[in-house]
Amino acid sequence: MIHIYLQLAGLFASLSLLSIGGGNAVLPEMHLQAVRGHHWMTNSQFADIFSISQTAPGPSILIVTLVGYGAGLTVGGVPGAIIGGVIATVAMIVPAASLMYVVTLFWQKAQKAKWRVAVEKGFAPLTVGLIMATSLVMSRAADHDWRAYLLTAICTAIFVFTKTNPLIVVGAAGVIGYFGVV
Amino acid sequence: MSEVEAEPQRPSLVDLAWTFNHIALASFGGGLSAWSREVLVLEKEWMGEAEFLSAMTMCRILPGANQVNMAVFAGSKMRGLPGALAAVFGLCLLPVVLIMVMGFFYFRFKEVPAVKGVLHGASAAAVALTLAMVIQTGRKCLTGLVPVLLFLAAFVLNGLARWPLPLVLLLVAPLSLIWAWPRERSA
Repeated sequence: MIHIYLQLAGLFASLSLLSIGGGNAVLPEMHLQAVRGHHWMTNSQFADIFSISQTAPGPSILIVTLVGYGAGLTVGGVPGAIIGGVIATVAMIVPAASLMYVVTLFWQKAQKAKWRVAVEKGFAPLTVGLIMATSLVMSRAADHDWRAYLLTAICTAIFVFTKTNPLIVVGAAGVIGYFGVV
Repeated sequence: MSEVEAEPQRPSLVDLAWTFNHIALASFGGGLSAWSREVLVLEKEWMGEAEFLSAMTMCRILPGANQVNMAVFAGSKMRGLPGALAAVFGLCLLPVVLIMVMGFFYFRFKEVPAVKGVLHGASAAAVALTLAMVIQTGRKCLTGLVPVLLFLAAFVLNGLARWPLPLVLLLVAPLSLIWAWPRERSA
C-alpha cells in the first residue's frame, strides 16, 4: 500500500515540473504510467475520468486526483482511495507551485526593471491572442452546435454591454442546457 | 515596497482562500481564466490589467496548471508565502472534494449523476465570458499595428493551426519583448 503511495508521489512530482503549458501537456505520459505501467486502471476508465475532470469546477489538473483515487482504490478501498487522491494532488501541485513562487519573488523585486516593463507591455497582446485561441478550443471540445454558438454570442453581448453578474448568466445558460435546448 | 505603485489593500489569508474558492466554484463549465480576471482585476482590484495579462502568460510558460500558478502569483503578491499557500488551498480544496465525490460515484456505479446538459449550457456561457475578456482586454492593449499582429499570430498559430504552446511562445514571445522593450530615446 505504501508502495503505491510512493509511486504516486514520485510519478506526479516529476510530471509536475514537466507540465509546461498546463496539465494537458503531460496527459499522454500520465496515461501511459497509470494504465500500462502500473495497471491502476483500464484504458476506458482513464478516458472516463478525463471527461469527469473536464466537467468538474476548479483547475483542470485535477484528473491527477482521480488517478490517485483509482490507484488507492485498488489496494485500500475508499479510505485508501481518498489518501491516494490527496497524495497525487499534492505531489502534482507542490513542485510547480514552488517554482512559480520563486519566479514571483523575482518579479516583485523587479518593479522598474526593463525586462518587467517589456514583459508587461509585450505579453499583453500575445496573451489576448492565446485566450481567444482557448475560447475556440473550449467550444470545439464541448462539441457545440449552432444553438450553443448562438447562446455564446448572446452571453458575450450581455457580458460586454451590461454589468450583469456573470454567475447569473452562466447559471441561466446551465438551466437552458438542463432543458436540452442547446 | 515601492511608493510609486499604489499599494492595494492587503487582504487577509482567509479572504485570499475564500476569493480563490469563489473563483474555482464559479468556473463550473470552464472559463477559469476569465473568472480570475473578473474577480482579481475588476472586483477586488488586486492587480492591474497589464500585470494580470503578463502574469497569465508567465503562468503558462512555467510548468504547472495555469490557475494554480496564478493563485501562487496573486497570493504571494498580496501576502507572501502564507498568501500563496492560502490561495492555492482555497482554489483546490472544494474542487478536490467534489471531484473525489464524482470519482466515488464513477468507480462504484460506473456513472456520474446526470449533469451533462447543465454543463453543456454552462460551457457556452463560459466560452462567452472568455470571449468577453478578449474584447475587453483587447480594447486596451491592441492599440497599434504591431500589437494586433502579435495578437493574430498567437491566435492563428495556437488556435487555428494548433501548434503546441511552447513553439508558439518560442516564436511570438521574443518578438513581443523586442517590440515592448523600453527605449531610452522614446519620442
